[in-house]
Amino acid sequence: MTSIKPETPRVKSFRIELPMWMPHLPGQHYDVRLTAPDGYRAQRSYSVASSPLDEGEIELTVDRLDGGEVSPYFHDVVVEGDQVEVRGPFASYFVWRGEEPVVLVGGGSGVVPLMAILRHRRRTMPELPMRLVYSVRTAEDVIYADELGDDALLTFTREPPDGWTGPTGRVDDALLAEAVGDSPTAFVCGSNGFVEASSRLLLEQGVDPGRIRTERFGPTG
Amino acid sequence: MSEGFVSRGFTGRRRTPEELAERLPPGQYNEDGFPVLTAGPTPEIEPEEWGFRIDGMVAEEREWTWEEFHQLPFETVPCDIHCVTKWSKLGTSFGGVSVDTLLEGAEPLAPYAMAYSYGGYTTNLAIEDLTDGKAWVVTEHEGEPLPREHGGPARLLVPHLYFWKSAKWVAGLRVMDHDEPGFWEANGYHNRGDPWKEERYWTD
Repeated sequence: MTSIKPETPRVKSFRIELPMWMPHLPGQHYDVRLTAPDGYRAQRSYSVASSPLDEGEIELTVDRLDGGEVSPYFHDVVVEGDQVEVRGPFASYFVWRGEEPVVLVGGGSGVVPLMAILRHRRRTMPELPMRLVYSVRTAEDVIYADELGDDALLTFTREPPDGWTGPTGRVDDALLAEAVGDSPTAFVCGSNGFVEASSRLLLEQGVDPGRIRTERFGPTG
Repeated sequence: MSEGFVSRGFTGRRRTPEELAERLPPGQYNEDGFPVLTAGPTPEIEPEEWGFRIDGMVAEEREWTWEEFHQLPFETVPCDIHCVTKWSKLGTSFGGVSVDTLLEGAEPLAPYAMAYSYGGYTTNLAIEDLTDGKAWVVTEHEGEPLPREHGGPARLLVPHLYFWKSAKWVAGLRVMDHDEPGFWEANGYHNRGDPWKEERYWTD
């Protein structure tokens, strides 16, 4: 573990240097395995947040889920210099291979694999049209706040920051219309409810169902 | 992940009671809920438009409408299910028709099958993983109509393999003389997916 960066009160990003590294596709995940002294084990999957241009390392961004056992361990126990057991990269459907244009739609920590895509696009094809629509509850829940530029459209579902004049409430038609260009490939990630609602809106906007890739995270961690 | 090492300061706080622990395959944890995982938007298939086919290398192709399907012998299937994303749901149940019943009149002439779904999803299975009381096409979960997000009106149920093999919105089985990767099998996941051997990914 080379560095730990707090993103929000319940989200941290962990940079891990890998003894055996291979470049991932933006959107892929790693499995993390924890082993207790008596051999008890817990495993979870986490999306990579970094660009594969970061050679030899990956960044995993972890949302702390109370009652979980892997995410609280990362948040409460792991310090720089620790070793953690990871294996990956895995799965090759929710990945960006240079398709354009692209719209990214993320809810809460669903933004993590989308950030890998956005970061990689900025470093490899900065002129390629790609917008991120990002739904968060409050100002303090914004992950990667210092990296979100003109390519990100935020909406605050609970409490916008003071002086905010942009979108509020759930992702809606108007917000998506602003981000959806001509027949895009869409990547949607978040809770099941968020993904269902957002992908329904994308279908209504005429996006081809075969070009809507979704990733839904479960209730546990 | 074979050898591994002890994680500093990890004790494990979510241990499963012993009587359930032996029903959890390696690397799985017990989940009371029923998470939804789908690669794309949820297809909206009304029961009236749903049908199930058996085609490909069979002595006789078969097809059932929703109504015809419900004339077939219906079974309640108590089972544990295991998702490759690490959760398992223990002691749940589904209701539907055994694949043995469905294959009876069709008579497969080859050892492989591709399950295909409304919306384009596919998953490959050996005929021997679909027969002898190991697989069903189900329309109910815990006594209720199968919710759309879980594959309603009908999904395949193959509880002895990871749950991506239990294709949601299933439309049919194509019997084939060769094995061919389905959707997730072509995208990094194991060709067979036995949870007890922890066959998650290509390299497992």
